[in-house]
Amino acid sequence: MVNIQERASSGFCQRPVDISASVGSVRLKNPIMPASGTFGFGVEAARLYDINRLGGAVMKGVTVQPRLGNPLPRVTDCPSGMLNAVGLENPGVDRVLRDALPALADIYDGPIVANICGFTIDEYAELAARFDESDLIAALEINVSCPNVSHGGMTFGTDARAAGDVTRAVKRAAKKPVWVKLSPNVTDVAEIARACEAEGADALTLINTLLGMRIDLRSRRPVLGNTFGGLSGPCVLPIALRMVWQAYEAVKIPIVGMGGISSARDAVEMTLAGASAVQVGTAGLVEPSALVDIADALPDIIAGMGLDSYGALVGAAHG
Amino acid sequence: MRQGLYVIESNERVARDVFRVRLNGPTEAITRAGQFVNLKLDGLYLRRPFSIADWDGEGFVILYKIVGEGTRTLAALSWGQRLDALVGLGNGFDEEGCRAPLLIGGGVGVPPLFALAKRFAKRGVKPTALLGFAASEDVILADELRELGCEVMVTLETEGMRVTDRLEEASAGRDRFYACGPEGMLRAVKRRCILPGQLSLETRMACGVGLCRGCTCLTLTGGKRICAEGPVFDKEALAW
Repeated sequence: MVNIQERASSGFCQRPVDISASVGSVRLKNPIMPASGTFGFGVEAARLYDINRLGGAVMKGVTVQPRLGNPLPRVTDCPSGMLNAVGLENPGVDRVLRDALPALADIYDGPIVANICGFTIDEYAELAARFDESDLIAALEINVSCPNVSHGGMTFGTDARAAGDVTRAVKRAAKKPVWVKLSPNVTDVAEIARACEAEGADALTLINTLLGMRIDLRSRRPVLGNTFGGLSGPCVLPIALRMVWQAYEAVKIPIVGMGGISSARDAVEMTLAGASAVQVGTAGLVEPSALVDIADALPDIIAGMGLDSYGALVGAAHG
Repeated sequence: MRQGLYVIESNERVARDVFRVRLNGPTEAITRAGQFVNLKLDGLYLRRPFSIADWDGEGFVILYKIVGEGTRTLAALSWGQRLDALVGLGNGFDEEGCRAPLLIGGGVGVPPLFALAKRFAKRGVKPTALLGFAASEDVILADELRELGCEVMVTLETEGMRVTDRLEEASAGRDRFYACGPEGMLRAVKRRCILPGQLSLETRMACGVGLCRGCTCLTLTGGKRICAEGPVFDKEALAW
């Protein structure tokens, strides 16, 4: 195993680079986390790479009731990204708390983030309260941006008042840090970001996927079983950067930046736009080692910029 | 699972729109017939999954039909080119306890059954193979299965025949079936074949390694990932 610090200091940089990060009170040994839904509950990823190299672990979105998800096909691609319409398939909060979360905590020693998605405000509060009781959870990520369910999910994240209502309900139900995961499928992300901050959100995570579709020429029908799906991958990076930039200008709470990050350079760019840490999703589905590769490459890039800490990059592109 | 760069030894047409590619590299991660590989192809964002038709200590073989961008890209590659592959994915067929297997394949669903037939042949078990194709130009692996000692029955849609039309006859004296092919064929086989058996499913996949739940199918014990718990499922398990 390559030691990140050693590798950086043996290169052209004289001082070791500090790549630790923090999202409010949540401390991360490095800023790289998997994006919810691309990491399962960690056990699968642990067979592919050392998940303890990750700064944090974000679990798949959890609902009150178990969900089977959408009909197949659920995934397709385009030249520089993919569409998914998984539809929040998950075993439900009871089984996650009983089985998946303890199993992840057994093999992962960093902060674990629970991603929760409700179909009513009461469900969000219920899920928040359930995970808040667990000592194994470091923070709650509130998914008000899933584009692949017919109600709930994104409906709460595309309206500032609804996003604020969910945030308020979750903050009342939980003491742990609350990160609200925002949708890019909105006219003004700044307005929604401010609404969440006003209701006590501890951080914002953005962006979730962009609504899209593809059509099969032979069948002349939509490729995805759900017709629409969420677009992610390298093609959304510029949009994600723009929205993280806008959110950073609008709020004071920290931002977890995501959307199309596929390299350490992308992660640095996202940080310059205003992210205090980043999540990597789609890249890890194509290249299993992507997250670890990004964490490995980060110190040299930061050193090459003449800096000695990741934290010095946060929001540095804003004049 | 093993990730590596695999070198194309050959990539040639073997039937109408069907190609056979042999990729050389480590194969110790392939442990059962029915497993698959996920290939990274230039210009395509997601990897593309292909079932393994054959393997040895030096490499593996896949047969594929040109149906879209991915397979068209693969068909354009030639000797010496390298492909990034995730190899030895999925669970594979259960051979244990089967003494008289019936292999039921449709089109490019036949290749993983060839890998299975080879495993049986090594143990001295001679399968019966019931293969369905659209037309005679589409027939693949029938001769190779005969060379292994299989009794091979072929149905052609141009002759108005489907595998289900000869299912009863082919099942005689057999104790278990193994099927791979289009979903319509698999559903018909599941419904009509009296034998116990296993079916290999396919769908579009993203990661191929169990992370994204982009390939979940419905079973009687809940949603199962075709890439991880599958692609092979017991007939009784599928909620069809």
